[in-house]
Amino acid sequence: MSILVGRDTRLVVQGITGREGEFHARQMQAYGTQIVAGTRFGKGGQRALDGTVPVFDTVREAVAETGANTSIIYVPAPAAPDAILEAVDAGIGLVVCITERIPALDMLRVMPVVREAGARLIGPNCPGLTSPGRAKVGIIPGSIHLEGSTGVVSRSGTLTYEVVQALTDAGIGQSTCVGIGGDPIIGTTHLDVLKLFAEDPETNAVVLIGEIGGAAEEEAAAWAADHLQGVPKAAFIAGRTAPEGKRMGHAGAIISGGSGTAAAKVAALEAAGFRVAETPGQIAELLREQGVQPARPGQVPAGVQ
Amino acid sequence: MKLQEFHARELLAAAGLPVPPGRVAATPGEAAEVARELISGGATGVVVKAQVLVGGRGKAGGVKLAATPEDAERVAGEILGMSIKGITVRKVLVAPASDIRHEYYLGAVLDRAAQRILVMGSAEGGVEIEQVAKEKPEAIVRVHAHPHLGLLDFQARQVALALGLTGPFLADAVAIAKGLVRVMVENDADLVEVNPLAIVHQRTTDGTEEDRLVCLDAKITLDDSALPRHPDLEARRDLDEEDPADIEAREQEINFIHLDGTIGCMVNGAGLAMTTMDLVKRAGGEPANFLDIGGGARADTVAAAMKLILADPRVEAILVNIFGGITRGDEVARGLVEARSRQSRDVPMVVRIVGTNATEAQTILREASFRTADSLEEAAAQAVAVTRATRDGAGAAPGARAVGTGAASMAEGAGR
Repeated sequence: MSILVGRDTRLVVQGITGREGEFHARQMQAYGTQIVAGTRFGKGGQRALDGTVPVFDTVREAVAETGANTSIIYVPAPAAPDAILEAVDAGIGLVVCITERIPALDMLRVMPVVREAGARLIGPNCPGLTSPGRAKVGIIPGSIHLEGSTGVVSRSGTLTYEVVQALTDAGIGQSTCVGIGGDPIIGTTHLDVLKLFAEDPETNAVVLIGEIGGAAEEEAAAWAADHLQGVPKAAFIAGRTAPEGKRMGHAGAIISGGSGTAAAKVAALEAAGFRVAETPGQIAELLREQGVQPARPGQVPAGVQ
Repeated sequence: MKLQEFHARELLAAAGLPVPPGRVAATPGEAAEVARELISGGATGVVVKAQVLVGGRGKAGGVKLAATPEDAERVAGEILGMSIKGITVRKVLVAPASDIRHEYYLGAVLDRAAQRILVMGSAEGGVEIEQVAKEKPEAIVRVHAHPHLGLLDFQARQVALALGLTGPFLADAVAIAKGLVRVMVENDADLVEVNPLAIVHQRTTDGTEEDRLVCLDAKITLDDSALPRHPDLEARRDLDEEDPADIEAREQEINFIHLDGTIGCMVNGAGLAMTTMDLVKRAGGEPANFLDIGGGARADTVAAAMKLILADPRVEAILVNIFGGITRGDEVARGLVEARSRQSRDVPMVVRIVGTNATEAQTILREASFRTADSLEEAAAQAVAVTRATRDGAGAAPGARAVGTGAASMAEGAGR
């Protein structure tokens, strides 16, 4: 099994006719994700991805016609909050927003509506998520994965790729890799994902990747200390050398008033039983030391059709 | 984006909050003129405040009192041109000197964990709120504004009462607290802080005396992601106070932060860029910058990034770390070859490209005789090693090094 996305994911791509949307929709389709619909207001009735995917004017129509249950958003920042709300209103249960540079106060207004509808938002400003061998909903390169039972949750994009590649190289496969996004206001936190991993019978180890800013890693650590005892846990925190008061690329990555430092996060994670790596390359070793078995040498990872 | 105090005061005043009069001056003569107006309007003197975006200006001598316009001209002359934490003071705010009876703190900030706007108040004004939070957390009242309804009246009253205000000041504080949230929402700020909010004793032009609750100092930072919809605020950006490299980086849409080390970093993705810095440090070096070229970066972005890194004379080596996803490795490799042929000076470069089209990238880099690395750890170690080799090869102390000499960069230059 996996969390959030899998073989039963029926995906609608909001903004499928845009440059980004089309490019990544092709990659997701090639990975094996079931893309059942796309939307673009004014282009309803057309077909995308070489005629394989119907385009609708609204998410509501896409859901009614195709039974879409998951949406991914590739529309520009000014239109993205509306796109999230449209998906939620149409009854989509899982909305993944890739778009970056959405104003924080827009997200503040969006979140209560998402919660009220009982939907889950991943992102914004995130690379999406992949359940290796089952479904990829986002922009994480499909080639870096290996099927397995380690769950990965991260605030970053390429840093996640770095970590996942290192796990795969070491023979440690992943159940689901979730990029939750680098913004200050996000739909799903480290803690939310850890809870899902804890309930997933096929996730037997977790990797938490965090960075400076906020206190989400500490919050996740505190919960894990009580609820993930005995589960192999490794972590990596980026930004040990980041200066205070500077936003390190991600809107949420800032140390302010002495809080949100890498040191505080590392200490909280270690206190909760996480082994904290100093480099992305060390994570696999730290998992092995806690009993995680790598795939046998020469074992062919399950292919993706 | 941080706003200067005088801009923050403008936004508060525009929202109807009580802000004392005062104007900004760029010369001692202008400061004298503003002082003359304020004093003839009833002020007993003026305060001349350096307008810089760094903290600690009071301690640095950037805030001074003046009793007369001549005095104001003199102290403005002292403050203008002075350097505060490396920033040259180019403007001063001239405002009435206040007879302060009590100082409070009132601020609105984005609370990430609660996903709400948090309004904080404290009767301990005039000091940093972080310090109060550490030493006397119970002295701070905290209320969350509703994302759709804003700060409600009863919540604002709660804050005003907790500050210990009485009489007419209670209603004033309610209006100010609600006003702060309004200023935050209307301008897409992530922080609006009045510190101190003060009861000041003042004499008006007709000779009557009164106590008033006023916003004496204001700090506002704006959400950079929202600036595209606030062109009027973007126009308030103080380019004088910015590093030219920062301005250049913003124009190229590159995330760049200048640091103090000698190893320039060029990376795709913010988390990986921080990690690269951390690994440079771990290998015994010091990163010269944080630089994220963004997703899908092309050759021209790579060239612009290289220019930004090399503009720092302390940079002795460049570490390029690209994990191709949307970004194509071969595109970056071509950009590097092109940029190196045009760069202003020669520094050794260590390149690590993995992911999308990494094989093609390797071929391009090898043909151009770039030094490459497979892992990030290895790349960091190499970058640190070449800076040492450069130093030893030049036989010079840091600061007097001959860039581009030494075995390391000669080996790299062989392909050209």
